Amino acid sequence: MAALRQIAFYGKGGIGKSTTSQNTLAALAEMGQKILIVGCDPKADSTRLILHAKAQDTVLSLAAEAGSVEDLELEDVLKVGYRDIRCVESGGPEPGVGCAGRGVITSINFLEENGAYDGVDYVSYDVLGDVVCGGFAMPIRENKAQEIYIVMSGEMMAMYAANNISKGILKYANSGGVRLGGLICNERQTDKEYELSDALAKKLGTKLIHFVPRDNVVQHAELRRMTVLEYDPDSKQAAEYRELASKIHNNAGNGTIPTPITMDELEDLLMEFGIMKKEDESIIGKKAKEVAA
Amino acid sequence: MSLTLEDTKTRNKELIDEVLTVYPEKTGKKRAKHLNVHEEGKSDCGVKSNIKSLPGVMTIRGCAYAGSKGVVWGPIKDMVHISHGPVGCGHYSWASRRNYYIGHTGIDTFGTMQFTSDFQEKDIVFGGDKKLEKIIDEIQVLFPLNKGITVQSECPIGLIGDDIEAVSKKKSKEYEGKTIVPVRCEGFRGVSQSLGHHIANDAVRDWVFDKTDPSKNHFELSPYDVAIIGDYNIGGDAWSSRILLEEMGLRVIAQWSGDGTIAELENTPKAKLNVLHCYRSMNYISRHMEEKYGVPWVEYNFFGPSKIEASLREIACHFDDKIKEGAEQVIAKYKPLMQAVIDKYKSRLEGKKVMLFVGGLRPRHVIGAYEDLGMEVVGTGYEFGHNDDYQRTTHYVKDGTLIYDDVTGYEFEKFVERVQPDLVGSGIKEKYVFQKMGVPFRQMHSWDYSGPYHGYDGFAIFARDMDMAINSPVWGLTRAPWAK
Repeated sequence: MAALRQIAFYGKGGIGKSTTSQNTLAALAEMGQKILIVGCDPKADSTRLILHAKAQDTVLSLAAEAGSVEDLELEDVLKVGYRDIRCVESGGPEPGVGCAGRGVITSINFLEENGAYDGVDYVSYDVLGDVVCGGFAMPIRENKAQEIYIVMSGEMMAMYAANNISKGILKYANSGGVRLGGLICNERQTDKEYELSDALAKKLGTKLIHFVPRDNVVQHAELRRMTVLEYDPDSKQAAEYRELASKIHNNAGNGTIPTPITMDELEDLLMEFGIMKKEDESIIGKKAKEVAA
Repeated sequence: MSLTLEDTKTRNKELIDEVLTVYPEKTGKKRAKHLNVHEEGKSDCGVKSNIKSLPGVMTIRGCAYAGSKGVVWGPIKDMVHISHGPVGCGHYSWASRRNYYIGHTGIDTFGTMQFTSDFQEKDIVFGGDKKLEKIIDEIQVLFPLNKGITVQSECPIGLIGDDIEAVSKKKSKEYEGKTIVPVRCEGFRGVSQSLGHHIANDAVRDWVFDKTDPSKNHFELSPYDVAIIGDYNIGGDAWSSRILLEEMGLRVIAQWSGDGTIAELENTPKAKLNVLHCYRSMNYISRHMEEKYGVPWVEYNFFGPSKIEASLREIACHFDDKIKEGAEQVIAKYKPLMQAVIDKYKSRLEGKKVMLFVGGLRPRHVIGAYEDLGMEVVGTGYEFGHNDDYQRTTHYVKDGTLIYDDVTGYEFEKFVERVQPDLVGSGIKEKYVFQKMGVPFRQMHSWDYSGPYHGYDGFAIFARDMDMAINSPVWGLTRAPWAK
């Protein structure tokens, strides 16, 4: 058996991380890979398409019920779904209370200590949009994910987020072994989206590993709580996810240490593609009256 | 061998330079500002204070939680103080600082008991507010005679953003306006326990004073009402102070906070005068009461007959002739008793040199008591004093005194090694270091399980204890077996 591959999907909130990751992992499973998904978002929606469930019981909610995480057995938290993909949701507190970051740390430690990673080929972490604190950086620390895939689009904020996440990876790349696997563009049909994404990838010292076109079949599958791979395996979109899966599979060891860029460089890039207009410095701080004069 | 003043100053300056040489350049530069030789006539002791301790040194300081739970709030005996967070902070602050009190522990007083929310992983992840509610409910059931509850925050409370204010308000309403005080004294705040004192003072202001309905307070006043502020009744200090105030004709309506109660706190804004012993930990609330309720305050010092005498007169001058005469009578009454103490011990202690390192008051306040016994304080410093403390210190220390703020373990050892005092007065962490060096030592936080040291009665005990430490025959028997 090949060495365990640990990968993680990061990206701006709402970009389609969970959808992209579940479809891609389903395609990897189709290729015969044994997969474990670790959802690291308090919303706990990283495994719904695999399990056909609204939300599975999370490690932390079960731990809170039982008293502590030490009272749990792996079977309590691990569910098996489409093509024997194993699913775990770390869960966390409701918004506004407690410490979700600590929750991620607690869950991952629990899973490792209890052998959840034994006998699988891939562990995939699906992480909340922003790396808001140390807890959400847990999956990119030493001995966790080796490759990070950033899901993004041609939208400005998604690109900002991709750059910020690269900074996080850079920090841990020096102390641990984490690398940037590549960018996955989840098409939003913005102007020159492919070119822009590709250019950003180059700036970040990585590659645009795949451009996933927009297709309504994804929505149809989602409504049925299924991946496209399961709902409509013969569709063009399913083929796209298969292609992404095989690219990731063949990308082992090809990750790079990212070279995040400054805000200015990022804005220059957007201007180069005509997405952003050059700022008129002469109007900064001027009141309406002054401008009129 | 006795050094001239100039020799002493030179020696102390050299000593400071010498200890600084071991530090890395940046550290040495910063520590240099905390060490000085006092120059008479200056407005302060010439040291920086209330600044973050440096990484790598052994500091003697505590944290904000220690300042609130351990010092200010902990001694309020009829309230239950919850150490809110993981169990360690609560466990290690269990049983108070020997703040003596009267009452039935576990029934109507709770001083030596320890209450903690014992945070577990799930409380961190999901927040501890629900647990806090449950604890308050349980306290109400198990200890129905408690007069109030405080929530003493440990570090995680501030990190995970628990809303202890909302819980306190909710539970207070549920229990008919019961005093429930959330205190934001997370240990990581500030540079020492000093900020904890301030936060605790502010909590009294916001959650006791501002929530007390004056129309419901039927406390009857007298023209001679005073409150003792900043006496924690360690070994009974506040009691041996209180009797003197009462003997001179005053009525003590509150003790802050040694042997104190929530009712006493609530009544204090009605006092005629607040008498303030520990300035550092309670000047904040004294100033507030002056501004808001017009209660004047006066600092006093009840260590040693000279300072007691001056303080009694100072306090009396805020009152009428009856009290002034009362003060003179008290002074006259105790004078022969104090003379007897001095006669007994002075010959044994005369000329002995003392080095001190204590918290926020005693580094200056006890100097007079030593001098009454003919002893001399040659070095002193504060764990968590501010510049106003070092200003006040100038009235106590002699020219050439070695001053060390937030002293490090290394510096203190070196200073003692070279200055060779006859007695070191500091805390439990320092005690055995110096005793092993063969230097007599007294704990000046806890009075080494003795006390009281305040007041006339306290001075007799103080004198006996210092004699016992210095003149113990044990120091002649401490030669190491390999030493020739």
